[in-house]
Order: sequence, then structure tokens, then C-alpha cells
Amino acid sequence: MNPDKKEHILLQGLANNDSKAIEIIYENNFSTIQALILNNNGSYDDARDVFQEAIMILYEKSKSESFELSSQIKTFLYAVCKKIWLKKLQARGKHATYLDPSLIENTVIQESDLDTARQLDVDFNIMEAALEKIGEPCKSLLKAYYIRKKGMGEIAEMFGYTNPDNAKNQKYKCLMRLKKLFFAQYNKMNEDE
Amino acid sequence: MSEQYLIESFERYFNEEMLPEEKAYFEKMRNENPELDQMTVEHKVFMDKLAEYADRRNLKDNLQSTHKSLLIKGAIAENEHNLSKGKIVQLWHRYKKTMGIAACIAGLTTFIISGSMQVIAPANRSEIQQLSRDVEQLKKTQDIQYSKIKEVTKMPEGAVVKSGGSAFLIDGKGYLVTNAHVLKGSSAIVANSDGQEFKTIIAYVDHAKDLAVLKITDADFKPVRRLPYDLKSGKVDIGAEVFTLGYPRNDITYNKGYLSALSGFDGDTSTVQISLLANPGNSGGPLFNKYGDIVGILSTRETNAQGVTFAIKSNEIFQMLKNWRDTDTSAISNVSVSEKGNLKGVNREDQIKRLEDYVYIVKAYN
Repeated sequence: MNPDKKEHILLQGLANNDSKAIEIIYENNFSTIQALILNNNGSYDDARDVFQEAIMILYEKSKSESFELSSQIKTFLYAVCKKIWLKKLQARGKHATYLDPSLIENTVIQESDLDTARQLDVDFNIMEAALEKIGEPCKSLLKAYYIRKKGMGEIAEMFGYTNPDNAKNQKYKCLMRLKKLFFAQYNKMNEDE
Repeated sequence: MSEQYLIESFERYFNEEMLPEEKAYFEKMRNENPELDQMTVEHKVFMDKLAEYADRRNLKDNLQSTHKSLLIKGAIAENEHNLSKGKIVQLWHRYKKTMGIAACIAGLTTFIISGSMQVIAPANRSEIQQLSRDVEQLKKTQDIQYSKIKEVTKMPEGAVVKSGGSAFLIDGKGYLVTNAHVLKGSSAIVANSDGQEFKTIIAYVDHAKDLAVLKITDADFKPVRRLPYDLKSGKVDIGAEVFTLGYPRNDITYNKGYLSALSGFDGDTSTVQISLLANPGNSGGPLFNKYGDIVGILSTRETNAQGVTFAIKSNEIFQMLKNWRDTDTSAISNVSVSEKGNLKGVNREDQIKRLEDYVYIVKAYN
């Protein structure tokens, strides 16, 4: 298989959240990124966080139809990780003097890519906080339905409802509460800006 | 219109589940009623955000489990020894083919040697003993408790018990891990520490690793939301205190000991040696560290020495689950792992009280 085609298939796999594709991308790239972070004042945990953040950005890109990766996955991830890490270091107030000069070199990544990712992260955190706030069994029920995509019958059985209709009723009540909590925070965040 | 009814309508509208007339009516209402129109839009935003969240949550979980499984596989590392991994990986790719051929030859040679050894050497496998309970052993206990068993058992009439052992839940939905050698018959039932029995099916067997997965299919079984232990993937150190719960008798039995060697019988690297008194019936039982997390599964003991027992490392369990996932889409996708250190700092009696509900007795029959 020619390399371009292979990369294309991997990206498509990533867009579909396919475990095999994710494993291959992970295995091929993680060690390089880890070395980059460890050599530049980072820890193992930092390496994992930065790398996974970069994969999320690649994921968002791979989902949009218009997206054509102009460079290889490897190059893209490396550039994104460099950028993310540099920003994190600056936020922590570390001096750049100990850093590998290559880290500071300009990268091909556009600032807007990182901004989109940041906005998505903010929304993600608001939703997560709202889900945490609604309490059980609402949290587990909504997660089972909307995230793990379980059917109502299965959910009724899992949670011990006597029939799927009762579970569905409960789901709507939970959804209403989640929606209120979500918008309370979401609108506040967007007004601030 | 109640709010709940509204939300239901929105969902059906966006999922294209409305009948044409209903849809037309809904759209007309939207048109005439700016408030409804705004609510519809707002709900759409919310549902999109929820879908986005679901997507990212799934990907995040997927990335975490990929990270964990690659660590176990050794493809990535989080310690200093393997820092130069990048280089080694490159070299490995370059010489993969050559090494493959070399490995084939080496493998073949080993095969021939071990083959001829087996012909020449007397079988020394009797030096170790599998810890499943054989028929005689079980018969004895059965004779005593015969009436009791007969009353409650879910075994089909006329079924003959072939062997028994222990098992533990690795997923709240009713998946149990045990040793392959425990499952000598064609089917098995399991019972919890209260003696309540459940029918199971054998979901997956790996004879090479001597591991198997049972799935409880009984309607009486209530799924467990969260297990009180974690399946630990890391290394355990020599001298670490360990304990086990199992069924060498019909009552759950506790034993404790310590890790005495990092390899098992004859230097087997998939197992560890523990100094712990185990008896037939302990096979398939969980090996806990002092915090109550699972670090292995009891499998065999040395016949000639008291207290020399072997446990299969938990990495092998992860590997087996991965192989299972790779071959079977119905396999459990994630081992449900509890919050870390759930039973940390809890005294042993209370740990056991919490853990015993998740360790089962296995009775395999024909």
C-alpha cells in the first residue's frame, strides 16, 4: 500500500473512533513525543496529556470533510505537540533557556486550530461538570444512552426499571435537568467573552 | 404542552421520526410561534453539544485504554530504561525480517529439542499440581452436604460434577475470570459466597495461558455497578504481602502470604511464585495485594513443597482480554475498573467483607 493511502485510512479510522487505527497512530508516534516532552522539562504524565490533546485536535480535523492533511500524521502531531507544550511551559512560567532550540522554532500549525480545540475543551468541561452535578442515577442513565448508545430496553434492565417506557420517562426528566445546568454555565461563559 | 413532551417532540423532530403531517404541523407551529422556534434552536444546540461531548468522551476513554494496553505490550514505556526506545524501535523495524527468520529457526529448534526431551525425559509435570478440585475431593464434600446441594442446585438433573474451583468478577455485567483447567466439563454453574447459584456460559478459553472467561446468563443475577477492586497491571515486588479468597471447601476461605519470586515454576515468566497455603479448589481465585487490588490469579502449586504456589500475572489477564476482543466483537470492551485505592486503609476483615461478594465458586459438570 502506498504511504498516502495508508495515512488516509488511518485518519478515517480515527474519525470513526476505531480502536485499531488509534492504536497504530498511538504506537507509531507516542515515543517520539514522549522524548520531546521529557527532554524539555516535562514528566511522563505531561507527555501523555499533551499527546492525547494533539490526537483530539487531529480527530476534530479528520472529521471535517474538507480536511486534507498536507503533511504526514507524524509531522502534524509533532508540530501540534510542540506548540501545546510550549504554551503549557509558558503558562507555568518556566524559562525557555533550558529548552531544546528546536522546540521554539516556528511550526506549520495555525493558531486557529488550537483555538477551536480550546473552545471544544471548554464546552466539554461544562458538559462534564453538569453531568457530575445531576447526580445518580441520572448521570449513569444519560451516559448509558447518549455516550455508550445503549438501547432503552437494555437500560431498563441495567437500572432495574420495570419497563423501557419508565426508563424513557426518567431519561427525559434527567435530560431536562442536564439542559438547565448546562445552559446556566454555558451562557455565563459566553457572556463573559 | 409539558416541557417533557416538548423535549420528546424535539428529539423526534431532529431524529426524523415524525410522520409527514406531524412534521408539517410542528414546522407550522414553529413558524407562528417565535418562542417555540427559539426553544427548538436552543435544544438543537444542546443536543449537538451533548453529541460532541459523547464523541470526545468515547475517544478519551479509548485513548486511555490504548495507552494502558500499549504499556503492557511494551510498545511504549514509562521508565528510564526504555527512554531510547525510539532508536530501538527503528532498528527493530529495519531488521524485523531477518529477526523473523532467526526467530523461526530458533523456535523450530526449541520445538525439536523440547519434543525429544519429552520423549526421553520422564514426565516431571507431576511436580506441580493444578489447584482445581477433582472428582474425589468434591464427592467427599458433596456426600456431607448432599441434601443441601440437592435442594438448591441449578445443575441439570443427572449432571456429574467434573471439577471445581474459584472465579472472580472482572465486569459488573457478570463476566468472571477463572483458570481454563477448572472447566473440565462441558458447562459450569457458579455460586456466590451466599451459596446462590447462577447458570453460566463459557465465553472464552485460552488454554495456552490457562485462563477462561465465564459469563453469567442467569436472570437472577443482578449486575454490579462498580467493583471494589482494580485489576493492577504493574509489577509486584518480592516480599509484597498478598492474600486470596477461594473455595477449597464450600465456604469461602481466606489465605495470606507473600510474593516469593518474580517467576513461576521452572522460570516461567507468565507466573509468579507466592508463599501461600493453597488447596485444590483455590484455582481461579483472585490474588489480591494488601490494598485489595487484583495482581494475579492462583493456578498451580508445587506438589513436593508445602506453601509453594503459583499465580498467573494479571498482565496475562489483560492480554487474554485483548486477544478475545481482537477475535470476537461480543467481547467486553473495557474491564470496568473501580476508583483507585478503594479499599486502601481498610482493615483486612472489612476488606474481605467487601471482596467476598465478588469471588465465586465454580462447579463444572458434564
